Amino acid sequence: MDAVYSIIPAGVLSQVFVGLSRTTILFIVASGLTLILGVLRIPNVAHGSLYMIGAFTAFTVTKLFGGGSAGFWMALIIAPLIVALISLIAERGMFQFLYEREHLMLLLLTFAFSLVFGDLVKLVWGGEYKSVPVPHIFQGFVPLFGGLPFPRYNLFLLVAGPVVAILLYLLTNKTKMGKIARAAAVDREMVGAVGINVSRVFATVFVIGCYLAGLGGVLVAPTVSVTLGMDHNLIIEAFLIVIIGGLGNIWGALLGALIFGLTQSLGILIWPKFGIIFPYLAVVVVLLFRPTGLLKSTW
Amino acid sequence: MSRKTLLGLGAGIIVLLLLPLFIPRFYVYLVSIILLYGLLATSLNLVLGYGGIFQFHHAVFYGVGAYGTTLMLTKTGLPAMLAFIVGPLVSAAFGLVLGIICIRLSKLYFGMLQISLGSLVWAIVYRWYAFTGGDDGIHGIPMPEMLSSPKSAYYFTFIITLVSLFIMWKIIRSPFGSVLQGIRDNPVRSEMIGINVRRHQLLALVLAGFFAGVAGSLFVVVDNTVFPDMLFWTLSLEIIIMCLLGGWFAFLGPMLGAAVIIALRTFVSTYTDYWALVLGIIMMLVIFFLPNGILGYVEEKFKRGFVEPEIEER
Repeated sequence: MDAVYSIIPAGVLSQVFVGLSRTTILFIVASGLTLILGVLRIPNVAHGSLYMIGAFTAFTVTKLFGGGSAGFWMALIIAPLIVALISLIAERGMFQFLYEREHLMLLLLTFAFSLVFGDLVKLVWGGEYKSVPVPHIFQGFVPLFGGLPFPRYNLFLLVAGPVVAILLYLLTNKTKMGKIARAAAVDREMVGAVGINVSRVFATVFVIGCYLAGLGGVLVAPTVSVTLGMDHNLIIEAFLIVIIGGLGNIWGALLGALIFGLTQSLGILIWPKFGIIFPYLAVVVVLLFRPTGLLKSTW
Repeated sequence: MSRKTLLGLGAGIIVLLLLPLFIPRFYVYLVSIILLYGLLATSLNLVLGYGGIFQFHHAVFYGVGAYGTTLMLTKTGLPAMLAFIVGPLVSAAFGLVLGIICIRLSKLYFGMLQISLGSLVWAIVYRWYAFTGGDDGIHGIPMPEMLSSPKSAYYFTFIITLVSLFIMWKIIRSPFGSVLQGIRDNPVRSEMIGINVRRHQLLALVLAGFFAGVAGSLFVVVDNTVFPDMLFWTLSLEIIIMCLLGGWFAFLGPMLGAAVIIALRTFVSTYTDYWALVLGIIMMLVIFFLPNGILGYVEEKFKRGFVEPEIEER
């Protein structure tokens, strides 16, 4: 380990790990977005709001179960399901009538949802900062590479990211449902013509995608202050990740999230004040050379 | 243009000219804001409705124009009138640069890359305290003597808006405008008959950026402030809603949409903090029931009534 340590300064290494934890959150949210974009062709601006609702619901559920570790684990199970339920209502109530409209209209409709969701969160939870405690077993730090402290919770995130990626891979590639969804992404009329209920497939994919947004919200909750407006930057970041990865490609979302998370955390080392601009620059560079994203898009 | 429309327009102009003499100061301010937002939405519609380009982040040019004007006024000793020209020109330059980068992509990819570049501009404005005032923005921007009262600011806004709208109308009716609409309706065929599609779209983007910058400068005149929210992406989508609500296939549609939205926002905000909720619901209703906007609906309903055949649209 000393060899690694001598080549890469400790600060850089710790920022890489911070970046990777951020990547996990970004990937989980962006994979849901890319799933919806790939199959349903909806640029879902409300995705960020669902992420925010996930975080706020995590706060409430944690509090309901006593505010300790048990609360967090319950939140991890319940909160994404609540988000999924909300999305199911929205999909059956509205989106399913509009699949044939052009992208701009769908984008505006989901923006309308994000406005409504944003204000509903304000109505239910108020405008103050909320915080969700880190569960007990993940409190504190672990020494990493010669005594570098690294939050245990982030270690948990580093495991959660690949787990979600593998589960999603299995879901889309190994199950019948996933195969139908991928077929519907390519040619929805043909899939309907062979007697499959495309509307139900779409609803399922939409709900799974939104579930992932809620899951991202729960996972991020212990590391940030949960607040109104946390959706605004995230949704843009998630969109950019999806675009540079290739629309509808889950591995693309992972790659995009990696690029975004790492340029963000390392950019802060290079230029602390304007670290925020590095991921955007990375996006611009990627799109200049690969206008339709790094990996193959399903469009 | 029929005599009826001309009469209507003339009456509207006279009403707007006399309005400040009769209404309280706050409403003078409100109408000024409506006019400049209408100008902003119309400039967006130049590329969105007539050009068919997914300009998702139009607010950047509005904000850049406002900041350009403001920084000229506060950081340099140059004549104030110069600042009002420089602001829009800076916006046009941004339009050119962003346009060159984005124009190779089409539709959704174009819009998304534009949002990313626009967010980059926003992030810089938001963080660069020494130059742009950071997230506080800049308040109490000094105005030249002749623009310091609300009434003079109103008349300045009104005249500039009117002139800008007239120029944009002329642009749309020009051969360039026809080509632009042709590209919107069938880019492939336009390309085949020898039109340089990219160059026409780029010029449209520069023009739209310029007039958005004009609107930004007017906001500085009316409100004497700038803040980074003027370049945030949510404002861009709100401007698109204004176009959609008014009707983006009619020239004055965006102006109407802006008037409705701004007026509603002002009145709803006096009763409740939940304006975004109201706006969201209005948007859903519009998307479901008025996909062609208010003017589109009126046109449909009273087709035989008063709409003269507008062949140029095709």
